[in-house]
Amino acid sequence: MKNILEINNVTKFYKNSVKALEDVNLNIKEGEIFALLGPNGAGKSTLINSICGIVNFNTGTIKINNMDIVKNYRTTRKITGIVPQELNLESFETVWNNVNYSRGLFGKKPDHNYIEKLLKQLSLWDKKDNKIKELSGGMKRRVLIAKALSHQPKLLFLDEPTASVDVELRKDMWDVVKKLNKDGVTIILTTHYIEEAEELSDRVAVINDGKIILVDEKDKLIKKLGEKTIKIELFESVENINGNLSKYNFTLDQTNKIISHTYNLNSNTTDITELLNDVKKDGYKIKDINTEQSSLEEIFIKLIKENNNELVRN
Amino acid sequence: MNWYGIKAIYIHEMERFRRTLFQSLASPIITTSLYFVVFGSAIGSRITEIDGINYGSYIVPGMIMLTILTQSISNASFAFYFPRFTNTIYEILAAPLSSFEIVLGFVGAAASKSLIIGCVIILTANFFVDVRIDHPLLMMFFLILTSITFALFGFIIGMYAEGFEGLQIIPILIITPLVFLGGSFYSINMLPEFWQKISLLNPVLYLISGFRYSFYEVSDVSLLTSTLTILTILIGCIIFITYTFSKGYRIKD
Repeated sequence: MKNILEINNVTKFYKNSVKALEDVNLNIKEGEIFALLGPNGAGKSTLINSICGIVNFNTGTIKINNMDIVKNYRTTRKITGIVPQELNLESFETVWNNVNYSRGLFGKKPDHNYIEKLLKQLSLWDKKDNKIKELSGGMKRRVLIAKALSHQPKLLFLDEPTASVDVELRKDMWDVVKKLNKDGVTIILTTHYIEEAEELSDRVAVINDGKIILVDEKDKLIKKLGEKTIKIELFESVENINGNLSKYNFTLDQTNKIISHTYNLNSNTTDITELLNDVKKDGYKIKDINTEQSSLEEIFIKLIKENNNELVRN
Repeated sequence: MNWYGIKAIYIHEMERFRRTLFQSLASPIITTSLYFVVFGSAIGSRITEIDGINYGSYIVPGMIMLTILTQSISNASFAFYFPRFTNTIYEILAAPLSSFEIVLGFVGAAASKSLIIGCVIILTANFFVDVRIDHPLLMMFFLILTSITFALFGFIIGMYAEGFEGLQIIPILIITPLVFLGGSFYSINMLPEFWQKISLLNPVLYLISGFRYSFYEVSDVSLLTSTLTILTILIGCIIFITYTFSKGYRIKD
């Protein structure tokens, strides 16, 4: 699949000499949902604002559909939409005027049929004559999405799309994002909700302190870096660990009946078979076994910690 | 050119004017009427004529200029500062619009609002005094050029202001005194020689003088000097805005 977005060696300094982005390289494939993860202040918003032309970057190149976004800003911006993190809307304007205004800004001639269809898709049609100030937070977020889609972009940036929204609305938003992607829109979302990236994305990048520290397919990432924990529940409690079990680095729960042992999926061999045999050899009867895989969140925290430690060392 | 984009900004701004039509028009009409009552009738009754023109009629061009300057500046500065304040400017910056197109949309709307208000003031003045316009085309030329120039000046203030109070500082501390001291209500020939020379340093004097010439064919300075002054300010504003946009200063930091 061809790249719709190519970021090469992009660096951005703010006026106070704070380096917001450092030598960022990233390619986004057409049709994918890409999640950009990172803690607050990592550079996620700066990166997408640089791509969309909202802030100037200092060095490097950014190409959309193989066109430089600075030299060909008219063509590249026409196919790009952005939903900002904050609810930045004109409070005294109606939903209808707000969305049509956005379409006009992007150089498209008025198309009331399309805007009607869009507002209906986003469950905003019955609110079209309401002023923005009369809408709930969730509705405002939908208006921002409608504005971003008003000119039918091929590449959509969602900056923290579900920040400060309740669980129900978050699931709603996820459905909207999935539907858009199904309709052919490439989506790049920034989030610090790992659950969101896990639910939506095909690929994930982790950014910390202005640098991309990892890019991979979400499933591969979980598999590659993920650890699994096997939990063996016994009928009787473990009285001592001097027997065969002493060679394992496991933990026991408060009742001493559940053994938790962590192993890495990425290693060539796991010692699960041996562990189960040794449990049996030491005379314990197994009541139940289950395994838990580490989430993207745990992987993310681990990566950020490692990266921060490296930064401190350097 | 992104004509749809320019039109979107223009209509969006004019819509704001429509929403606040009453206060947009009521304020200049009431202010103008008060000036006519105070300067035209109360004080003006003791000043019979200036350059052969009835005092009430003489001050009309100056009052229109005062309103045009302040309205153009406040409309354009507020129009551009407001999206910066609410952060809705992200959308304008992300749109396929050149800086020229953005300026054209905002300044075009601000200048249009000023022109509407200017025309309303001419009509209002007719209720109080006889207004004669000897050169209507020249009058429109000055009216349009001044509206655009000071809307550009207001746009610069909107780009640089760091708060709503910042929008008021230059109009209150610089523009209003310059208009009052620029011969709005008098001819500089009425001043002592020293103050006449000082007044010639005031660029607004040239605007008012040229504008007054289009009404009554009387002026403190030549028409050519007035025209060159307004064109110089216009070009200065365009260069300043182009430079600021090219650097992204205060907008794309």
